[in-house]
Amino acid sequence: MAVQSTIRAIGHQIVNTVWRIGVAARFFFLTLLYSGNSFRRFHLIIKELFSSGVMSLIIIIVAGLFVGMVLGLQGYETLKRYGSESALGVMVALGLVRELGPVMAALLFASRAGSAMTAEIGLMKATEQISAMEMMAVNPIARIVAPRFWAGVISMPLLAALFSAVGIFGGYLVGVVQIGVDEGSFWSQMQAAVDFREDIMNGAIKSLVFGVVVTVIALFEGFDAPPTAEGVSGATTRTVVTSSLAILMLDFVLTAIMFRGA
Amino acid sequence: MERTTLDLWVGMFVVAGAAALVILAMKVGNLGTYNVSETYQVHAYFSNIGGLKPKASIRSAGVLVGRVTSISLNTERYEADVVMSVDKRYQFPKDTFANILTSGLLGEQYIGLVPGGDTETLKNGELIKQTQSAMVLEDLISKFMYSKAAEPSK
Amino acid sequence: MSQPALVEIRDLNFTYDKRPVLQGINMTFPKGKLVAIMGLSGCGKTTLLRHIGGALKPTKGYVKMDGQVMHDLDRQGLYAMRRKMGMLFQFGALFTDMSVYDNVAFQMREHTDLSEDLIHSLVMMKLHAVGLRGAQDMMPSELSGGMARRVALARTVALDPMLIMYDEPFAGLDPISLTVIGDLIRRLNDALGATSIIVTHDIQESLKIVDYVYFMAGGVIRAEGTPDELRASKNDFVRQFVHGEMDGPVPFHYPGADYHQDLNLRT
Repeated sequence: MAVQSTIRAIGHQIVNTVWRIGVAARFFFLTLLYSGNSFRRFHLIIKELFSSGVMSLIIIIVAGLFVGMVLGLQGYETLKRYGSESALGVMVALGLVRELGPVMAALLFASRAGSAMTAEIGLMKATEQISAMEMMAVNPIARIVAPRFWAGVISMPLLAALFSAVGIFGGYLVGVVQIGVDEGSFWSQMQAAVDFREDIMNGAIKSLVFGVVVTVIALFEGFDAPPTAEGVSGATTRTVVTSSLAILMLDFVLTAIMFRGA
Repeated sequence: MERTTLDLWVGMFVVAGAAALVILAMKVGNLGTYNVSETYQVHAYFSNIGGLKPKASIRSAGVLVGRVTSISLNTERYEADVVMSVDKRYQFPKDTFANILTSGLLGEQYIGLVPGGDTETLKNGELIKQTQSAMVLEDLISKFMYSKAAEPSK
Repeated sequence: MSQPALVEIRDLNFTYDKRPVLQGINMTFPKGKLVAIMGLSGCGKTTLLRHIGGALKPTKGYVKMDGQVMHDLDRQGLYAMRRKMGMLFQFGALFTDMSVYDNVAFQMREHTDLSEDLIHSLVMMKLHAVGLRGAQDMMPSELSGGMARRVALARTVALDPMLIMYDEPFAGLDPISLTVIGDLIRRLNDALGATSIIVTHDIQESLKIVDYVYFMAGGVIRAEGTPDELRASKNDFVRQFVHGEMDGPVPFHYPGADYHQDLNLRT
């Protein structure tokens, strides 16, 4: 029966997904457990900070600038109708610090650094480098996974802050320099409306959570990839898709917890 | 890549990210303007606060002088008890008037302080006795309708 | 074989997914010897090697190394045991994000507190032994297949292991590299006083260098002996293998339906 087999397939899919989440959680736990070594040898983390953080700088800065400029333009057009162009700074800053900064930076990070992590670890597995490490009595989770994890967790809030800062500058360029919104009210209204704890810290916490989630997904997919060319490419795609969805869903949950009623 | 070059790049990245956070906190957020100066607390009772929220600004002659710290309902008087932190640099006379005002037609609500003529100033923890509540649109409309209805018809 | 055994395999059975991969394997690897395990692709050689490395748990029987049963060791014990082993993977498995130098130095940095000066000297000695001192700054992607295998060999013996395992060390090499690697395996084994296990299907090259050979097919040992014994063997299976004949006990055709039937011919 077609119906029966469809239901069975759906059930199988659900069971499989739950099972994978369990395996990923165990993987995450092991990563934390074996993290001591990467802090004792901090240059391992520094090396990964370079490939995940520094290498993502260009894309984060360019994207942040343009997102901020678009916000400035759109915000001005909308606010003009209500005669409150002076609130442009508030709109740009709040939009970036609360939402767009953490979310966009995390999405870009997932597709830039996350996919690279998955592909790298998947290839290491396919070429038996992980097995070789195991045979040399070196724990691959401690040596390969943990430094990358911490590098991702450290990079993410920094990248999100850079994104927001550059974006606000972009909004300033379009709003104040180009369109001619009053500079004083742009900054002073922004400062009056943006709260350090409420907005900036919550944005930073968001990006920290995204950093953990994206790197765990990327590392797990790489570690779990079938050791073939298709296996690695499939895992890379899954990293981008899964972490993008996870970012957006978590963003909703976190926003609901943090900003409701504030 | 050389270890030192790598360290340099990563160092620059971390510094740039930290700088961005500081800029956000000081220039964009209120950390630069809000927490630096010392404040004293005063409070006032309002029969209706309308849409006033904690952290709303307190202005005198349009100048930002402080922020609303907390709002609660006093169950003895059944009036809203609004606690405000005011910048120490600004001292107000004891007979200062506190009004809940709205910036623009649909803007945020804030508290406006209008100083009286008393020579003594408000101390920490003291009460502002003269207040004017928020204007609530429904009240205004119903007042208007009532007065219209009361007019003798021709 | 009078030497005491470093590795002993007794009645080893391994079943994967209800399919028996290894059945009743008994092998002895005496100290200081170079032993080859030969057989066709897919006969369970690599699985056997993974058992010796403690990466798989046998369904029945045991692998004993240096007096200890591998699958009884906990993680720490296993890692301690693995420090005494070196394994050369099929295609070298060099760490692609590290230079040749860092690859060879990897285990020294992970497992010892040696100073960088001392590590430098040791790495140079290992690279010199495989003739690649000049390639220390190259990345694995810049190496030819034969060179990569030699670097991997230097990395494998970095901590002077008691037991060296080679998984298909000759796969995909040109004839010159092949001879070089074969010669290196023999010399390293004797110089280090180690014991070596070579898993391979390259009969001619390995018969030249090893002391003893096990032939495997279908998960069981089909023949064993010294290279000379095997060359002279009357065993059909060994003859087919040693001389590379096309048909024999190992059929050319994979078992299937009757040929005539598959061609839709009526007989």
